[in-house]
Amino acid sequence: MTSGELLVELTGAEIFVRALQAEGVEYIFGYPGGAVLHIYDALYNQDKVKHVLVRHEQAATHAADGYARSTGRPGVVIVTSGPGATNAVTGIATAYMDSIPMVVFTGQVPTHLIGNDAFQEADNIGITRPCVKHDFLVKDVNNLAETIKKAFYVATTGRPGPVVVDIPKDVTAEKAEFSYPDRVSMRSYNPVHVGHAGQIKRAVKLMLGAKRPMLYTGGGVILGNASAALTRLARELNFPVTNTLMGLGAYPATDPQFVGMLGMHGTYEANMAMHHCDVLIAVGARFDDRVTGNIEKFCPNARIVHIDIDPASISKNVKVDVPIVGCVDNVLRVMLSTIADTERRPDAAALEEWWRQIDEWRAKDCLRFDRDSELIKPQYVVEKLYEVTQGDAYVTSDVGQHQMWAAQYYKFDKPRRWINSGGLGTMGFGLPAAMGVQFAHPDATVACVTGEGSIQMCIQELSTCLQYRLPIKVVNLNNRYLGMVRQWQEFFYQKRYAMSYMESLPDFVKLAESYGHVGMQIEKPADVEGALREAMQLKDRLVFMNFMTDQTENVYPMIPAGGGQNEMILI
Amino acid sequence: MENEAGALSRVAGLFSARGYNIESLTVAPTEDPSLSRMTLVTRGTEEIIEQITKQLHKLIDVVKLMDMTDGPHIEREMLLVKLHAEGDRREELKRLADIFRGRIIDVSDRTYTVELTGDGAKLDAFLQVLEPGAIIEVVRSGVSGIARGDRSLKL
Repeated sequence: MTSGELLVELTGAEIFVRALQAEGVEYIFGYPGGAVLHIYDALYNQDKVKHVLVRHEQAATHAADGYARSTGRPGVVIVTSGPGATNAVTGIATAYMDSIPMVVFTGQVPTHLIGNDAFQEADNIGITRPCVKHDFLVKDVNNLAETIKKAFYVATTGRPGPVVVDIPKDVTAEKAEFSYPDRVSMRSYNPVHVGHAGQIKRAVKLMLGAKRPMLYTGGGVILGNASAALTRLARELNFPVTNTLMGLGAYPATDPQFVGMLGMHGTYEANMAMHHCDVLIAVGARFDDRVTGNIEKFCPNARIVHIDIDPASISKNVKVDVPIVGCVDNVLRVMLSTIADTERRPDAAALEEWWRQIDEWRAKDCLRFDRDSELIKPQYVVEKLYEVTQGDAYVTSDVGQHQMWAAQYYKFDKPRRWINSGGLGTMGFGLPAAMGVQFAHPDATVACVTGEGSIQMCIQELSTCLQYRLPIKVVNLNNRYLGMVRQWQEFFYQKRYAMSYMESLPDFVKLAESYGHVGMQIEKPADVEGALREAMQLKDRLVFMNFMTDQTENVYPMIPAGGGQNEMILI
Repeated sequence: MENEAGALSRVAGLFSARGYNIESLTVAPTEDPSLSRMTLVTRGTEEIIEQITKQLHKLIDVVKLMDMTDGPHIEREMLLVKLHAEGDRREELKRLADIFRGRIIDVSDRTYTVELTGDGAKLDAFLQVLEPGAIIEVVRSGVSGIARGDRSLKL
């Protein structure tokens, strides 16, 4: 507790607002309702913490998530009890799967009514328990400030994640002395920071002896702000680097040592290099099934080093040889200094041969597509988006084919630029996430690459975008199909396209216009670049670009279920 | 574990969400009222037990965790069993309870209630020697455990 301050009595709602101010919260994304009215009243009486009114609570969580992913600071959400909280669950689960720091405040019915099936009552703690890092129910206003401090501490340290704080309405009305603790300690929560020195030495020895090394890096590098250290290490050693879907931007995509994304829709060279490597260095990645393919066939020749902040991620799916628990940035820096202190250098001759082999795989040009088509190829749209924005946009996406094309064809050179729901795979994420990004970076170009299926899951947020004048550029790759479902049905269900065709789509141009935005319809390849340029010039407007794309385009390469990383379907 | 509301459900939820099996679970406050001690019996390969251990460690309510089976330890479970005890049977049941060092803790003209403490195998053995039809009701406490010797689970 801070001492020496004159302690004043405040209501729980005022304490809530003061605590958020003390945490330096810029924006809180939310939606009012009965149980949180005292809090909204307290928010109304100040202007430090700006409230963003969304149109659905799911969007509040995704917007806070986008804010968090693009800044590294925790996203903050407030929703009311009952349906307010249940609507937020998808966004909480999305953040949980991708380890995004977020604090979600849920209103609750007054304490004396809890368990009574009161109006708008739900067991918020019980419903969110499996998809939060931790949760708190505040039953006494005297504990409110400290609980909020703990919530931010838990959400942002160690392996980050969402924390739910459930606050009954009477707690927000009662009074208590307010003082905000500078720090909290929790005896049962002590995240590891520094990696084990002996393990790091063993890892470095293995790496320097590698003939066919591979750096496989994930979202942890971005969450742990370790891009600079990773880039230095890769260049120092001349090792190839692949990023997971969550890790794109952690290593510059335009760098010659980058071999592209790996996994189910990864590049041929990345997956082949994984399959043939002899030393694999996994950094802040968790061997997800979309990365490994068939686990029996995964990296058959490799000895594996795994750096991760979460001990439970190590040897969960794949047994590793050198586990290192710690902050990735810290561990990579110690690795760099360990390498600097040793006279041993990587095997240059072996690496030359390895790079020759990788270049041979690269020559397959696995991301090529038909450039002479009379239909708009979705890949072409993303490629042009990259050119027009000079690779400097924040790109959010929804989930499906468009997500993979955005990941494959937009070359992210910086971390925190690629914002997508990798773990949970939440359709509807893209637009509200883009709102959060645009709030955090008001002058930046924020593009939401989406499809006509996903965008309709949170389309109501076009209204929020108008209210706050968010000039997001929506790139709708409209193929009139739930494309990824359609692709699987084509490949694995003998073209029985069960429920993957959407009839009665709205006129997206008119829809955008009715929400007060600019709508554009693009139907010919020749118009793609011009439309994108025109949209980017409308700096203060949201532009909804409806690209009518080739209906039957598929995402390649593809590792079919049960396949090994060397068993890709190529175009 | 922290002796707080929700701690037990976080542990139980973790097991069901990740498909682990709980064979038995006992929990009660300790001499430090801010802490509860839980003894949980589960089964799995070495890899699964390692994952369970790591996942439990991640729960913020879990203060300290020890795999009892890493060393010599004592397991105890209490059994309460209500038995049909009429006529000749009364003497026989009394003898059986004595052999297993059980105690008859409640008597009616038609029933005995026996209390028996031991490891799971001993309790199983007792239940097995009872003649079929003798048992009216069985209550088992679940296993509590403590390490032998100097090893202890303490903050």
